[in-house]
Amino acid sequence: MDYSLLIPEVVLFVWALVLLLYNASAKTENPRAIGLFALIGLVAAFVILWFVPDGSLFGKTFISDTYARGFKMIFLLAAIVTVIGSVDFASKHMKHTGEFYSLIMLCVTGMMFLASAGELISLYVALELSTISLYILAAFLKKDLKSTEAGLKYLILGAASSGILLYGLSLLYGLTGSTVLDEIGYRLFLNEGTTIAAVFAIVMFVAGFGFKLAAAPFHMWAPDVYEGAPTPVTAFLSVASKAAGLVAFVRLFFNSLLAIKPEWVVIVEIVAILAMVVGNVVALLQKNIKRMLAYSSIAQVGYVLVALSAGIDLSVTSMMIFLLAYLFANIGAFIVVIAFSNATGSDNIEDYSGLWKRKPSLAIVMTIYMLSLVGIPLTGGFIAKYFLFGAAVKEGLYTLVVIAILTSVISLFYYMNVVRIMMFRPAPSADKIALPWMIKLGLAISVIMVLLIGIWPGPFYAWGQLASTIFHF
Amino acid sequence: MNLLVFYILAILAAGSAIMVVTMKNIFHSALFLVLTFFSVAGIYVLLNAEFLAAVQVLIYVGAITILMIFAIMLTHQLFSRSLRQVNEQVIPASLITFIFFVLSVVALAKTAWPVSGGQLPEDRIFEIGKLLMSEYVIPFEVVSVVLLVALVGAIIIGRREKSGDTK
Repeated sequence: MDYSLLIPEVVLFVWALVLLLYNASAKTENPRAIGLFALIGLVAAFVILWFVPDGSLFGKTFISDTYARGFKMIFLLAAIVTVIGSVDFASKHMKHTGEFYSLIMLCVTGMMFLASAGELISLYVALELSTISLYILAAFLKKDLKSTEAGLKYLILGAASSGILLYGLSLLYGLTGSTVLDEIGYRLFLNEGTTIAAVFAIVMFVAGFGFKLAAAPFHMWAPDVYEGAPTPVTAFLSVASKAAGLVAFVRLFFNSLLAIKPEWVVIVEIVAILAMVVGNVVALLQKNIKRMLAYSSIAQVGYVLVALSAGIDLSVTSMMIFLLAYLFANIGAFIVVIAFSNATGSDNIEDYSGLWKRKPSLAIVMTIYMLSLVGIPLTGGFIAKYFLFGAAVKEGLYTLVVIAILTSVISLFYYMNVVRIMMFRPAPSADKIALPWMIKLGLAISVIMVLLIGIWPGPFYAWGQLASTIFHF
Repeated sequence: MNLLVFYILAILAAGSAIMVVTMKNIFHSALFLVLTFFSVAGIYVLLNAEFLAAVQVLIYVGAITILMIFAIMLTHQLFSRSLRQVNEQVIPASLITFIFFVLSVVALAKTAWPVSGGQLPEDRIFEIGKLLMSEYVIPFEVVSVVLLVALVGAIIIGRREKSGDTK
């Protein structure tokens, strides 16, 4: 057996432990050095990941394939950009920064195991590792009532959704007698006709993963948790948690449940429509930028589900491109929120008025992120939506695509509202906003990547296509 | 005979679970939780899963609920307080739960479950141990990381901060 497949996970885990131990023994805390140390670990794991070959361990319990590695890159990139953007926030607002970064790293470790899980028990345990870390991270600002509330809500609702998911997994095991995903797919394929229990299990999976994805109607937790959690955690949560839900969802549905595709397509379509409509319409009413981005993320996941209900290889390809573009645009937008609230202490959209006068560069990058989230050409968001809807069109899901485009038009209002307030409203004060260099770095990386995907999508398309080759349609 | 024992245990488990969520005193709820876990452990024994039954009693009854009872007794004024376990949404909630219950009964009853006809291995604990150390070693190890994260989280959230700190 080739244990070298596990090196990125092990490196990340050991790095997190060293960070924990160092932080416990150090007499004085230096938040910047700790952040930098965590960053080095994440980048190291990312570099090592490029050299990991294909293969599987322990009879398909742990699979390293192009799909798993593609997602691991997304998780690590999300963590890297988040850590870059949060060093200033952490040193200003947080105690125990060592624990903060090591929890982020342990969370990513769980997500990486999740991406490689080829078996139900590993899948569930890895999912729990990532979500338990996120519960703690959401409640990290102990003196802040909203953060505590966010952590508690996330924990209780998350535990309930895990229970539902687990019940579905147990039904699937009962139906097939195996926990290995490939084996389950094979046995379901042999069973002539679907059983009603399988449909029941699918409903449980959609509910359980729908919670992790924050797709309507399982999105109730998202606005409160996004608003209350520390902003770097929200940034990470809004991207990595969704990607973690998607990686398991797609592997389970496209690999094990492909034999009963007609049954799950209908359910996924309904959730997609609900997510797009609820997310986009309710986002219009939001006054707080973190809540607005929460509802926007609900809508964005609806677009992914449109492509996934097509159930073809282009669905997976487009999902990978989408996640990459969404990662940089969304975390970038949250870094702007961090920079702005560090300077002014406010998260209200109204308070962004006149940002153009106070810090032109901040207003410009925020505009680019918003344009990408809408899906305007020359940004990554356009390419992502083009492929997502293309997958649905290819399968003839015209109703879904029409709804997706109509709700995208609605989304134009609330994204552009932010731009309008930043650019054309008078500034309440003439104070300039200073940006620390780490935040500048995070913003620059995100903007460059958003534009790069938009202008030169070729390599990213090839990368996404590589990830979808493991599925046999 | 087995069937009769199963029904007694199942009714006991479900009945005491209902008591857990309806009792007015949180201490009584915790005691009924013990009863639920015991009945479930009995069902495991009926299913020839003695190891699981032992683990259930040791961990759920022996550790988790005892810890809960300690926490209740040590928390100021929680012990004697009367709690309302329902709010104004109790009717829609019970309706949805009932629909879910009917649907799951229908789904489970209408399905032909593949029965495993295999012989039970002689030394079952030995087999479980072997599986945990070979095929399922990765989830086994990841669980220990989950435990570590939970411990770190408990310490972070439970640690008393120095007063006068604004962070």
